[in-house]
Amino acid sequence: MTQDAASSPARNRFVKTSLVVRKEFAEQLAKAVFFLMSVAMVAPLLAIVAYLVWRAWPVLSWNFVVDVPRRGMTDGGIWPAFIGTLYLVGISLAVSAPTGVLAAVYLNEYAKENWLNRIVNLAVINLAGVPSIVHALFGLGAFVYAARFGYSILSASLTLAIMTLPVIIASTREALAAVPASFREACWNVGATRWQTIRAVVLPNSISGILTGVILQVSRAAGETAPIMFTGAVFFKAVEKGQLLPYRLDEQCMALSMHLYTVATQVPNVKESIPYATAVVLLGTVLAVNAAAIALRVWLRNHKKW
Amino acid sequence: MKTRAPAIETRDLSLWYGGFQALDGVSIVVKRGLITSLIGPSGCGKTTLLRCFNRVNERYGCVSTKGEIEVLGKNIYDHDVSLVELRKAVGMVFQRPNPLPLSVYENVVFGLRLHTPRIRLRRSTLDEAVEKALSEVGLFRELKDKLDFKATSLLLEQQQKLCLARLLPLKPEIILMDEPCSALDVDGTRAIEELMLGLREKYTIVIVTHNMAQARRVSDECIFMLLGEVVEHSRTADLFLAPQHHKTAEYIEGRYG
Ligand SMILES: Nc1ncnc2c1ncn2[C@@H]1O[C@H](COP(=O)(O)OP(=O)(O)O)[C@@H](O)[C@H]1O
Ligand SMILES: [Mg+2]
Repeated sequence: MTQDAASSPARNRFVKTSLVVRKEFAEQLAKAVFFLMSVAMVAPLLAIVAYLVWRAWPVLSWNFVVDVPRRGMTDGGIWPAFIGTLYLVGISLAVSAPTGVLAAVYLNEYAKENWLNRIVNLAVINLAGVPSIVHALFGLGAFVYAARFGYSILSASLTLAIMTLPVIIASTREALAAVPASFREACWNVGATRWQTIRAVVLPNSISGILTGVILQVSRAAGETAPIMFTGAVFFKAVEKGQLLPYRLDEQCMALSMHLYTVATQVPNVKESIPYATAVVLLGTVLAVNAAAIALRVWLRNHKKW
Repeated sequence: MKTRAPAIETRDLSLWYGGFQALDGVSIVVKRGLITSLIGPSGCGKTTLLRCFNRVNERYGCVSTKGEIEVLGKNIYDHDVSLVELRKAVGMVFQRPNPLPLSVYENVVFGLRLHTPRIRLRRSTLDEAVEKALSEVGLFRELKDKLDFKATSLLLEQQQKLCLARLLPLKPEIILMDEPCSALDVDGTRAIEELMLGLREKYTIVIVTHNMAQARRVSDECIFMLLGEVVEHSRTADLFLAPQHHKTAEYIEGRYG
């Protein structure tokens, strides 16, 4: 037997030292804290949704969605705002999603690593962090006045597009960068051009990530008030109940986020449940879009050969 | 036929990644129909040199090259060289098998699909190409009922063979292999080595390897590189039995690397 084996008898081997006991306690504590935090994240969210639905319940119905506001917005539904939001979000994404995705593809797949690329990168990252009120002012100056689109759906949508564009570029680049380099190498070495590589390998393997990034911007565009208030949303606009295409692009429109703000703070004697119901519809619309995106992703994954 | 140009010839080839010089004055001649192995410690530029031969280095960021490379007698930096045609003729297999996340079948015909106009792609042509390529790498028997399986679900050894099969429908003349066995077990390694010996003469093969025993087993000629320079290039038997340079001797004795 060696010296130190003799000094610590065999039955004392591998037993917990006080240091290990303390570490195990820390381990348990960390686990508990992380669990609590994850519950703390989810619980309020569920509580908010439950509370909203409960408060909204008295007026919540299909009719509330398709009806127009009545009696100075103190009664009736939210159809013009609902459709207005669809207009704004739809047009803004129709502009920003293709632009953003294509720009990201260029930056990630074609652009050489040089000062121009670095500046564009820096710009994208910083623009993604600019507060929406600043975008609102920019939209006012650029689209309403300089481009002479006036206060209109067009101006408001373009402002939202400018706001969502950098985030879409950033998230798309991340999705593209997550495609393993070995897939690209495989392509190059059978003589694929860059575009063939992108088409055949890069996009099919990053489309989920790209969609996720774009869809997150749907919620953001639907929820923002400042950018559209400055450029094209109004408190009230007369529209027929359930009319599908009530607005022209050079007109102003109502929007859910703005309507919520109005009925909650600006109009006296509004039925209590109306702002809550408006919020529920806004939330429901965003959730529906997210759900559609998830379905699309699953479908794409199963039919990867797009 | 005696004066056929060598498969690959480089003259004073140097390469930089930005400011970092990865290759320095490399002049080698790779003969046709032989297996040439490229050995040397990690980071000495083996992969880099291999990627020069089909100019795929240019896709890896900030790369500049100097010197000449002739492949099959043609200077590949001539202005009329099409990178597509060059890369079809000079294919590459990698350290980690990299099948695309598609079916086995689609992996094999991937190159054909890229390079043939859609109207000329008949199912029968593709089927034929798949059978031919998979037979050539000895996979057809095991995989003929699994053609629509995901390639990424195969055994690593099969994946590596599939990666080789993916090159064949494009009728390459030179196959570059970058440590093709380092992710495989003993049986996989043996299978790939046998495959290489079988493909020899039909294709010119350049293989990078860390495994000196492998270099001795499979290669006809051997190139030893150190810090971006070629130290020694001779017949494999000569290089291992009577190295001319003391650095080579030290490396093959295992003093460093
Ligand atoms: N894309 C790259 N950008 C910058 N440096 C690189 C790149 N690829 C390889 N290198 C550098 O070039 C040297 C040679 O690399 P490599 O050819 O991969 O060596 P080997 O294959 O012999 O291990 C290494 O020092 C490596 O860090
Ligand atoms: Mg290497």
